Amino acid sequence: MSIHEPTHGASSGVRLVGAPARPADVLLRDVHALDPRTGLDGRRDVLVTDGVISEIAAAGTLTGPPGGCEVVEGEGRHLFAAFVDPHVHLRTPGQEHKEDLETGTRAAAAGGFCAVIAMPNTSPTIDSAPILGALLDAAAREARVPVGFMPAITRGLQGTELTDMAELRRLGAAGFTDDGHPVTDAGVLRRALQYQRLCGGVLALHEEDPALSGKGAMHEGVVSAMLGVAGIPSVSESTLIARDCALAGYEGARIHIQHLSARESVEAIAAAKSRGVAVTCEVSPHHLTMTDEDVRTLDTRRKMNPPLRAEEDRQALIEGLRDGTIDCIATDHAPHARDEKEVPFEQAPMGTTGLETAFSSVYTDLVLPGDLSLELVVEKLTAGLGLLDLFVPRVAVGEAANLVLVDLDAEWVVGESGYESRSENSCFAGRTLRGRVLLTVAAGAVAYRERSTLLTQVGSADGPGA
Amino acid sequence: MRHLLSIDDLTRDDMERILDRAAAFEEVSDRDIKKVPALRGRTVLNLFYEASTRTRSSFELAAKRLSADVVNFSAGGSSVEKGESLKDTVLTLTAHSPDAIVVRTPYAGAAALVASWTPAAIVNAGDGKHEHPTQALLDVYTLRTKLGSLEGRNIWIVGDVAHSRVARSNILAFRKMGAEVTVCGPPTLIPRGIEALGCAVRYDLADLREADVVYALRMQHERMDQNFVPSLREYAANYQINGRRLGAHQTLMHPGPVNRGVELSGEVVDSPQAVITMQVKAGVVVRMAVLYEVLAGARDERTSARPTEPQLA
Repeated sequence: MSIHEPTHGASSGVRLVGAPARPADVLLRDVHALDPRTGLDGRRDVLVTDGVISEIAAAGTLTGPPGGCEVVEGEGRHLFAAFVDPHVHLRTPGQEHKEDLETGTRAAAAGGFCAVIAMPNTSPTIDSAPILGALLDAAAREARVPVGFMPAITRGLQGTELTDMAELRRLGAAGFTDDGHPVTDAGVLRRALQYQRLCGGVLALHEEDPALSGKGAMHEGVVSAMLGVAGIPSVSESTLIARDCALAGYEGARIHIQHLSARESVEAIAAAKSRGVAVTCEVSPHHLTMTDEDVRTLDTRRKMNPPLRAEEDRQALIEGLRDGTIDCIATDHAPHARDEKEVPFEQAPMGTTGLETAFSSVYTDLVLPGDLSLELVVEKLTAGLGLLDLFVPRVAVGEAANLVLVDLDAEWVVGESGYESRSENSCFAGRTLRGRVLLTVAAGAVAYRERSTLLTQVGSADGPGA
Repeated sequence: MRHLLSIDDLTRDDMERILDRAAAFEEVSDRDIKKVPALRGRTVLNLFYEASTRTRSSFELAAKRLSADVVNFSAGGSSVEKGESLKDTVLTLTAHSPDAIVVRTPYAGAAALVASWTPAAIVNAGDGKHEHPTQALLDVYTLRTKLGSLEGRNIWIVGDVAHSRVARSNILAFRKMGAEVTVCGPPTLIPRGIEALGCAVRYDLADLREADVVYALRMQHERMDQNFVPSLREYAANYQINGRRLGAHQTLMHPGPVNRGVELSGEVVDSPQAVITMQVKAGVVVRMAVLYEVLAGARDERTSARPTEPQLA
């Protein structure tokens, strides 16, 4: 059994790097395997050998796993391709009191994710080759699941000078983003879009017009009017999306719009897509499941950017997922320390954690009531890295094992047994959710097992027929 | 009542009870020795993160007239300037076992947060642009004295509604007391969605004659820099309450301090319609009633009450 550095077979030199781990040999017996992309949907035995899916057979037929192979009794629980997240904040370097590569990827594994892309708004900013190189080295020591990094589009996220994008790409940059800030200057963004012809790499854009957002701390609407909290209007986001889609169309460039929140934004993306602009976009679990009504208590864990918007916005986002306008679900996992969030709402930093609750929140609030199908949610949670030309995990023979075993009937209270993340600013804290991740296999290695539930069901086979 | 954080938490009966008690305290202010022993031995802490003369002195007078001990803590010249967080400041001050903390901050919801960190009774003396409930109570008190009842009265609140905690608390309070409320001001200073508070919205003073009460808000000079209005002159031309606009039967109110020549002309400030000094006077008795309510009115409930869980527990 070889120890290898788990990486995903990405094209174009992008590096997704995790710490060395033992390739899994595991038989997942009698699981309900579901992969919307391959049409797989039914009770199966799934065998993983040396980190690769080696056999998928009718349930109960793989009775003789090889020696040393772990057996997990699925008892009909669901097995999906593991999720991927193109948008997380791992806070390294410089803000390790909020999160680091190890805790952040542990949270990812606990949420069923097999790969994540980290944002560059760290301290210092990820905007140069030495910093990116150091992070890739650190990930190879610390990351529980493979991590890719998106360096900044502009130096120091200042929105004025481009980073050395070609050099960063050669080193393995997964794309570029100034996430947390828009590229306000259209001329600067245009140069970056042009430069993409040389270096490749999708530009992931945080869209808001600072002149319209002002000092806003929540969605501008009835609730902000009642609370006397300055609002961030929906058009702050949608007008910049429209501008940037026009620029991308003109330059023939590829852009990915981060964390859509408003109905007008979904309309702007749909219009751009219908014109043939190469634009993709993402939506977060919290924007799909919560609204500004949930901010009435001024709970700082529900302060994020973009803000939770109105019910009609939430409905438009759900419809956008259904009709394909929105391409994937991404968490925008944004950890903050307790004392940073334990301040008045207007002073608190923006962001909620999201990795550990992503599937369960969407499953509980959207799949169970019948708003979205389970197949669609699994598809959207596994699509994000494909949009960046990286990879799409599949449940298929010959594929590296990227798998998540989920008990759809298990209930759990968010935060009750703590978090894998170093931070606890979950906007879902205290909620009872359905659907619990039991086991995550990432890049061929077991990255997470749920302690209480699974260990009782794990057996190890000593030989054929055991 | 354990805390006074928002007008939203009060029923009409609660408000009537507090204001009746305020009326009973009127007599104390007319005595030679302006003191009753109602809160003797109790400690009231004024925690002010924003400049305030009238609200703070009014709370201080109210507490002293009830024989409470008063400690003033303002952000300037304190550990706050050394970077101490609101929570740490509150925990530190709580170690001195205050019975009530009167708190003003520039942030919405801060009074409620403070209430979650200390067993003391909290009175919100203004939290950002959110609420200023004792101002609303003293305004209702003033109108009750002047008009008898607010039921069916038509009240116009004129000016910078967007940045006014007084407007938010007063809309809620006036509505609860049965009045009809219209807010009026430059469209740039009327927040989108304010109708949800139960008020009508107008952008000019053409129908001001409908009003029984005209409540003018203070126009902050810094709004000019942010382009909310082109100039003070333009603002005054459109929204100033002056002798030409104010009718003889109307009552004029203002939370102070007045910018003469901006939101109000000098002549109306000094007119018989203005009840601005009545409002200031009401401030002391109403705050006496509020402190009495949270400290003496609900004593049994308080001794068993424990601080609520910290927000991020």
